[in-house]
Amino acid sequence: MAKDLRWRVILIVVIVGACLWAIIPPSQKIKLGLDLKGGAHMVLRVESDDALRLETETTMERLREDIEKAGVTGATLAVTSPTQIQVTNVPPAQDALFRTTAAEIESTYDRAAGVNGSYTFTMKPNYSRQMREETVTQAQQTIERRINELGVTEPTIALQGTNRDELMIQLPGVEDVNHAKEVIGRTGTLELDMVEVGPMPTKEALLQNYGGQEPPNMKLRPGVESIAGEAPSTVYYLVSRVPVITGRDLRNAKPSLDANGLPAVSFSLKQDGARRFGKATGENIGRQLAIVLDNRVESAPRIDGRITDSGEITGHFTPKEAQDLSLILRSGALPARLTYLQEQTVGATLGADSVSAGLIASLVSLVLVLLFMVFYYKLSGVNAIVALTFNLIILLGAMSYLRATMTLPGIAGFVLTMGMGVDSNVLIFERIKEELAAGKGVRASLDAGFSRVFLTLLDTHIAALISAAFLFQFGTGPIRGFATTLVFGLVSNLFTSTFVSRTLFLAILSRRHTASLSI
Amino acid sequence: MQLFKTPNIDFIKYRWHAVVLSLVVIVAGLAVVFTRGIPLGVEFSGGTVVVLQFEGQAPTIDRVRAALDNKFPGNAGNVVVQSYGPRDMHAVMVRVPQVGQEAGANLRATANAVNEAIAAANLGRFKEVGTEVVGPTVGRDLTRKGFLATALALGGILIYVALRFQFSFAVGAITASIHDLLVTMAFLAFFQYDITLNVIAAILTLTGYSINDTIVIFDRVRENLRGTRRDKMRDVINVAVNQTLGRTVITAGTVLLSVLALFIFGGDVLRGFAFTMLVGAITGTYSTVFIAAAIVSFWPTGAGRRVAVAAPAARSTGSSPAPATAPRARTKSQRKARAS
Repeated sequence: MAKDLRWRVILIVVIVGACLWAIIPPSQKIKLGLDLKGGAHMVLRVESDDALRLETETTMERLREDIEKAGVTGATLAVTSPTQIQVTNVPPAQDALFRTTAAEIESTYDRAAGVNGSYTFTMKPNYSRQMREETVTQAQQTIERRINELGVTEPTIALQGTNRDELMIQLPGVEDVNHAKEVIGRTGTLELDMVEVGPMPTKEALLQNYGGQEPPNMKLRPGVESIAGEAPSTVYYLVSRVPVITGRDLRNAKPSLDANGLPAVSFSLKQDGARRFGKATGENIGRQLAIVLDNRVESAPRIDGRITDSGEITGHFTPKEAQDLSLILRSGALPARLTYLQEQTVGATLGADSVSAGLIASLVSLVLVLLFMVFYYKLSGVNAIVALTFNLIILLGAMSYLRATMTLPGIAGFVLTMGMGVDSNVLIFERIKEELAAGKGVRASLDAGFSRVFLTLLDTHIAALISAAFLFQFGTGPIRGFATTLVFGLVSNLFTSTFVSRTLFLAILSRRHTASLSI
Repeated sequence: MQLFKTPNIDFIKYRWHAVVLSLVVIVAGLAVVFTRGIPLGVEFSGGTVVVLQFEGQAPTIDRVRAALDNKFPGNAGNVVVQSYGPRDMHAVMVRVPQVGQEAGANLRATANAVNEAIAAANLGRFKEVGTEVVGPTVGRDLTRKGFLATALALGGILIYVALRFQFSFAVGAITASIHDLLVTMAFLAFFQYDITLNVIAAILTLTGYSINDTIVIFDRVRENLRGTRRDKMRDVINVAVNQTLGRTVITAGTVLLSVLALFIFGGDVLRGFAFTMLVGAITGTYSTVFIAAAIVSFWPTGAGRRVAVAAPAARSTGSSPAPATAPRARTKSQRKARAS
C-alpha cells in the first residue's frame, strides 16, 4: 500500500509541477482574448462572385475575339450572371463554325443551345467551386500579408461560415480600427492605362463621338482634377481597355517624394512588366498615362521619355496615404470585394476593467466557497481546498500548453469549474459520512465513498462534457473560450476530486491509524 | 457536522403542486415574451453597440438620449442608453438596433452617427472605448447555431442518460432541463435581460448543472433499486432524494455563492450571465427534486421491475429495508471504479 501511495504522490507532483511550470509567469503564459486585452474582431465575407464574374467576362472577350477571327458575324455576347455567358443571333449558316470555335472554352463552361441561334454557356460547377475556393484563399493570403505589414502581433485570420467564404479576423491590441479596416478592405487593383480621350467634365461629352457607348477597345474611368485655388472636381477619362501594366507586374512599392516634394509612391517592375512598360512609354512619348487605382484615375502624368523598370505614382496623397498605398500594392490586390458582417472593438481600458471585475468575482467566490468547506468539513475541507487548488493549476496549465485563449466567458468557466469541483468533493464527503454513520470503519468508509461516487461523477461529467462539446462545435469566439475552459475543467476536476483527494486521505491514514475522521 | 440528520420528507407528495407552480411561471414568462418580445442582444438581432467613455462626469442618460433623438428620429424608442460599468468609469452604452445596409465599410455608419450626435450635443469630451456591430446575416446564423447547439446538447444527454439508466429517467432529465430553460427564459424576459451569447453560454451551463443534479439523484435511485424489488417507485425516489438532500443543498448553496459573487462583482459585461446562472442554480435544484423525479414516478411502466431484470445479481441480496447502507452486490463497473 505504501508503494502504491508513493506512486500516486509522484504522479500528482509530476502533473501539477508540469502545469505550474507552464503558467509561470502568468502574464506571459496565459493568452488573453480580445475582450480582455482590447483589440478588434471582425467577420467579413469574400464576395467570390466578383472573381467569377471577372473570369466570365474575360472568357467572353476571348470568345468574341475567337469567333470574329473565325469569321462568325452578327452574334451578340453578354454576361448575364457571374457564371453565365449568353450568346444570341448566331447566323444559321455559321452555326457549325460557331460551335467548333466555341469548343475552345468548353473545358470550363457547359454549352446549352436555345432557339434562333442562341446559346448559354454556364461555368462548370466543379470549376466555379474551385475558383471560389481559390478566391477566398487568395483573399486570405493577401489580408494576412497586409496585416503582417501593419505590424499587428499575433493576429488570427480564420476561415469560417457554412459556405467557407467568411474570414474571421482578430487583431489584438489594435486601437485604430478604422485605419486597419481601410488597409484590409481596399481592393488595391493598380492599372496603368494609356489615356485615349479626356479628361472631360461629363461622361456624355466624352462619349459624344462614340454614340454614347464605351468603344470596345476603351473603358470609362472617373478621376479627380484639382486646380490650385479651386475645389477639386470629378472628371472622366477614356483609357485603353488593355492595361499597359497592372499591379501584378510590380516587384516592390515604397513611399517616396515626387519632384515637387509631395508624397508619392515609387515602384519597381518585374522583368516582363519592365519590357512592356518600356515599349509602351517609348512609343507614346507626349501622351498621358493614367494611373488607375481601384478603377479611379489617381493621376494622369505626361510621358516625357521611355521608362523601363521603375516609376512613380503621384496624386494627392498625405504621407500616411502614400504609406498605406505602397503597403497595399506590395501585398497585391484582393481578388474580390469584402463585405463586413460583424465588427467588435474593445478598448484596452475596457478590457482591463473586465479582467479585474472577472478576477475579483472569481477570487471572492473562491474564498467564500473555501471558507464554507473548512467550516463544514473541518480537516477534510482542507483536503478539498488542496484538490481545488490543484484543479485550478492543472486547468491553467492545460490552457497554457494548448495555447487556448482566456476570454471573459472563460473566466466564468473557471468559476463554474470550481463549482463542479466543490460539488464532487461534497458528493464524496457526504457519502463517506453516510458510510461512517452506518458504522463502517474509517478505511472502509473512505473506500466505499470514493468508489461509489466515482460512478456518479463519471456520469455527471460525461453529461457535462457532451454539452460542452456541442457548445464548442457550434459556438463562436468567446463561447468557444468558455467551452474550452469547461472541458479542461471537467477532466482535471475528475482527476483532482477523486485521485488527488483520495491520495490525500490515504496519506493521512498511512501516518496515523486513526479511528475517526475529521469530516 | 450534519446539515440534515435523517430527513424523511415526502417530496413526491408535492409533485402536482410543483407541476402547477412551474406551469404558472412558464406561462407567465411566455405571456411576457409574447407581449414584449424577447430582447435579443445585438449578436442575434443585428445592430450596433457603442460604449463611450467621458473624460469628466458622464452626462445623464436623458441628455444622451435627447442628443440621439435628433439623430435617429422615429427610431428613438428602440435606441437603448444605459450607464456602463462602475460609476468612476464615466461610461455610457448606446445600442441602436439593426444596421441598415450590410455593405462594404458602411457597417460602421451607425456607430459613427452616434459619435457625431453626441459630439454635436456638447456633452463633454469622450472617446469610444468599445463597439460591436453585427450585420443581420450573422445574427440569423448565430440564432440558428444557438438553437442547434441547445437541441443537440439536450439530444446527446438524452441518449447518454437513456443508455446509462432507463428511458424514463432520460425523459425525466430532459423534461427537467427544458423546464429550466423555459423558467430561465421567463425570468430573463420578465427582468428584460438581453439574450446575448454570454447568456446562451449560461443557459447551456445551467442545463449541464441541472442534468448533473438529476443524475446524482437518479444514480442513487438506480443504486437503491438494485436492493429492492417490491418497493413502489415513488418510495424509492423519495428515499434517494432524501439521502442526497444534504449534498443537493450544499452544492446548490456553494454554486449560488459563486454565482452571487459573479453577479455582484463581475461587472456589467458578466451581469446577464450571472443573473441567468443565479436563476438557473435555483430552478435547476428545484426541478431535479420536483420535476425530474416526478416524471419518473409518473412513468406508467414498472421501472423497478425492469431494473431488477437488468441487474439480476440484485435478487440474491434480497430486499433490504435500508438500501443505502445494506451490502450490495458489486456490479462489474463498480469493481472497476474501485480500482482507481
